[in-house]
Amino acid sequence: MQSTMEESSETRWGVVVGRAIGILILVAGILFAAGLCVASPHGNNPIPNIFQPHSTPAASIYRLSVFVLAITGLIFLVVFGLLVYAIVKFRNRVSQDKREPAQVYGSTQIELAWTVIPILIVVVLFLATARVIHGIQDAPKPTTAVEVTAIGHQFWWEFRYPALGIVTANELHIPVSDPAHPTPTFLKLLSADTDHSFWVPQLAGKTDLIPNRVNETWVDPQETGVFLGQCAQYCGTQHAKMLLRVSVDDPEEFNAWVQAQKQPANQDQKEIAGRWVFETTACINCHAVAGTNASGRFGPDLTHLMSRRTLASGAAENSRENLRLWIQNPDAIKPGSLMPAMKLSDADLDALVRYLETLQ
Amino acid sequence: MSSEVMAIHSAGAASRPWVETLHEWVTTVDHKRLGILYILFALFFLVIGGIEAMIIRIQLMRPHSHFVSPQVFNRMFTMHGTTMIFFVAMPILFGFANYLVPLMIGARDMAFPRLNAFSFWLTALGGFLLYFSFVGGSGLYGAGTVPDVGWWAYAPLTSRAFSPGHSTDYWTIALLVSGFGSIGTSINIIATILSMRCPGMTMSRMPLLAWLNLVMSGMVLITITPLSAAQIMLCVDRYLGGHFFDTQAGGSAAIWMHFFWIFGHPEVYILIIPCFAFLSEIIPVFSRKPIFGYPVMVGATVCIAFVSLSVWAHHMYTIGMSSYSNAFFTITTMAVGVPTGIKIFNWLGTMWGGKIHFKVPMLFCIGFLFQFLIAGLTGIMLAVAPFDWQLGNSYFVVAHFHYVIVGGILFALFAAFYYWYPKITGRMLSESLGKVHFWLFVIGFHFTFDLMHIPGVLGMPRRIYTFEPGRGWDTLNLLITFGALIQCIAILVFVANLVFSYFKGPKAGNDPWDAWTLEWSVSSPPPAYNFASIPGVNSRRPLWDLKHPEDPDSRYE
Repeated sequence: MQSTMEESSETRWGVVVGRAIGILILVAGILFAAGLCVASPHGNNPIPNIFQPHSTPAASIYRLSVFVLAITGLIFLVVFGLLVYAIVKFRNRVSQDKREPAQVYGSTQIELAWTVIPILIVVVLFLATARVIHGIQDAPKPTTAVEVTAIGHQFWWEFRYPALGIVTANELHIPVSDPAHPTPTFLKLLSADTDHSFWVPQLAGKTDLIPNRVNETWVDPQETGVFLGQCAQYCGTQHAKMLLRVSVDDPEEFNAWVQAQKQPANQDQKEIAGRWVFETTACINCHAVAGTNASGRFGPDLTHLMSRRTLASGAAENSRENLRLWIQNPDAIKPGSLMPAMKLSDADLDALVRYLETLQ
Repeated sequence: MSSEVMAIHSAGAASRPWVETLHEWVTTVDHKRLGILYILFALFFLVIGGIEAMIIRIQLMRPHSHFVSPQVFNRMFTMHGTTMIFFVAMPILFGFANYLVPLMIGARDMAFPRLNAFSFWLTALGGFLLYFSFVGGSGLYGAGTVPDVGWWAYAPLTSRAFSPGHSTDYWTIALLVSGFGSIGTSINIIATILSMRCPGMTMSRMPLLAWLNLVMSGMVLITITPLSAAQIMLCVDRYLGGHFFDTQAGGSAAIWMHFFWIFGHPEVYILIIPCFAFLSEIIPVFSRKPIFGYPVMVGATVCIAFVSLSVWAHHMYTIGMSSYSNAFFTITTMAVGVPTGIKIFNWLGTMWGGKIHFKVPMLFCIGFLFQFLIAGLTGIMLAVAPFDWQLGNSYFVVAHFHYVIVGGILFALFAAFYYWYPKITGRMLSESLGKVHFWLFVIGFHFTFDLMHIPGVLGMPRRIYTFEPGRGWDTLNLLITFGALIQCIAILVFVANLVFSYFKGPKAGNDPWDAWTLEWSVSSPPPAYNFASIPGVNSRRPLWDLKHPEDPDSRYE
């Protein structure tokens, strides 16, 4: 009697298990799809979705990943189907007698089949992958390419354009690349301290910036706009706020930006008091302002600070209040950043902020 | 009257043993007691690592959260990873191997009982050293602290310029010490399996659990070595002025990555192969059929062991290796999926045509099969170097390896707990609490880790203590934390079951599952000497032969 009850409860459990797992899959699938829908771009949505590529490397990775997803999805359906079938079909039933099932020890043919088929799948996947690796990593650099050196620092980005004589930080400006006349941007990646990783998902996969090593990556965005990314290799306390903005400009905008960046710093005599504060405190040990005696390289170049939209590597909007706060107490915005609290008097701080605001 | 007698008896029992019992346990060289010590040690650290995980999840519940500081967050993910890999997963698997291998091959103990005890205490010392860092980490710098360099501790973040104080040294020494413990246990497992098998148990008649632990131990010997070498080099760098990884003096950051991952990737297989071993014992018993394709299962395991030694640089696709290197590591990584796939198919083949009993151990095995399938497929995606340039170091990877470690390894461990707890304690774990535990954990697991793939696709890197709102990550992170909470509740149910059943569970008897391997032929818990007389076997399933003399396995092997 008791054994019958146990048997029937087991049978019920079998059905429950099968159905519940099915439901779980369904829910997981729906959630996944919903998540991707939420992530689809509406207008100027800044979600750095890898499945919304805007540049050749990101787009070829995207096409490859769709192929890989299709194959792995198919494998999943087949194996999952077999698993559910086995669970439902071969569950222990009430009606069955108590005898043990037929004792099967193996089958060479079947085992050979499920060895050979996966090998074939691997070969196909590998060939598709090798093609994309070669296409991205071994792409020739056209003479029209814009060259940028990106240097990772704890916890900000330095961008130097050697051919243009520009030094800036955290917000990379690059020209849009017209497929007919491609002007891709090739980035040389270096690090000043620890490992970092340059990742703007909609433009390209990530490449690390490693001290004592020169890496390279390239992008050729075919659409203007701002693309977001951030450091993707743990680099210390403020890894999380080492954000990255790439502004893709049309050719006129880009040229105008280049011309503005090439100008030396504004030498407005009105804010001479603030400049005096800047040049007589520790600011100049780390920061440079072209055309003055401030030539530090440990922190971002401030020559055209006001041309940037953000402060502290994207951690705060570039506004007067944030600038004041950042100088006086950087930990309020980015605890653990290497910018020291300057402890200035209110008068000095006001003068300094007014001076920095002239650095257009 | 009788209660008075009972009272005197228990008072007498309580006054004598605790010091003596403690002494017995501390000085024991019995493989079963050491196995239990390993398991309890690991469960203790599982709770600590779980608390660290919850701190991480609460911090990431919403953008710009101030629950903990970035410094504390970085320490938490470092300690969570280090603890879970080195002081939970490794010792708990060694614990089961220690307990089960001699019983399953008909031996009275491990080959080197004292080395066994020594290895356990080294591992324990490593764990306590790591946590002593809370007290001594900053040394003369003031308040205590723990390592914050991430569990793979990339150079040059570990150099003295970026990690002052002693916290990184505690990390280094803890791994070095516990690494020697792992090497000792592996030597012991290999020696035991090669030389202590009972009469009749040829290599081809060993239970798969013994085979797989043999392969695992061989891998430990090969891969702990470079890890230990790297730790020693790091110590030389930090204290003797070496420049192996000191990039400011011309050292190489990449060479640390190679050293770490030539250990780090095979490590995943060191952890999963013993779990394959659990499945290979449990699935046949609850399907009432022998394992499908025994020789192929052994071959596939050996194949995994060899191939997995050549895949490590798939953790380094983004460091700027040549396109040829990237292609090479793509194909080796994909290749390791073939023998792994064979294993999944062979377990399916074992269930096929059987009579599947859905007891709790089997439920966890089915959960494993389903989740490990998905983990393997996301692994194929990450093996594709260009796809990895996008997904690597994102939350997609975090979801992937938690699918392996929680959805795979932890599920297999739960299966093992429910399956062998009766043998270890003499009492059954509660089936109904077990089913509550299973379903809560399945729901919590999928809530957490299914959703966790998506922020990775949306560009969220791992190891960030906070994130910007408006990037599509907010709601997902809230839901992920909610799922983690459900998993916590499930773990509480499990712990309650372990404790409750120890006192109140029904008596198990020798062989509660009607199983076929030698450990079920002795009493539960087994006597100190295991076997009164050393058994002899004629097939892979000695107890099947005993129970079915009319149709013994030995006729077919």
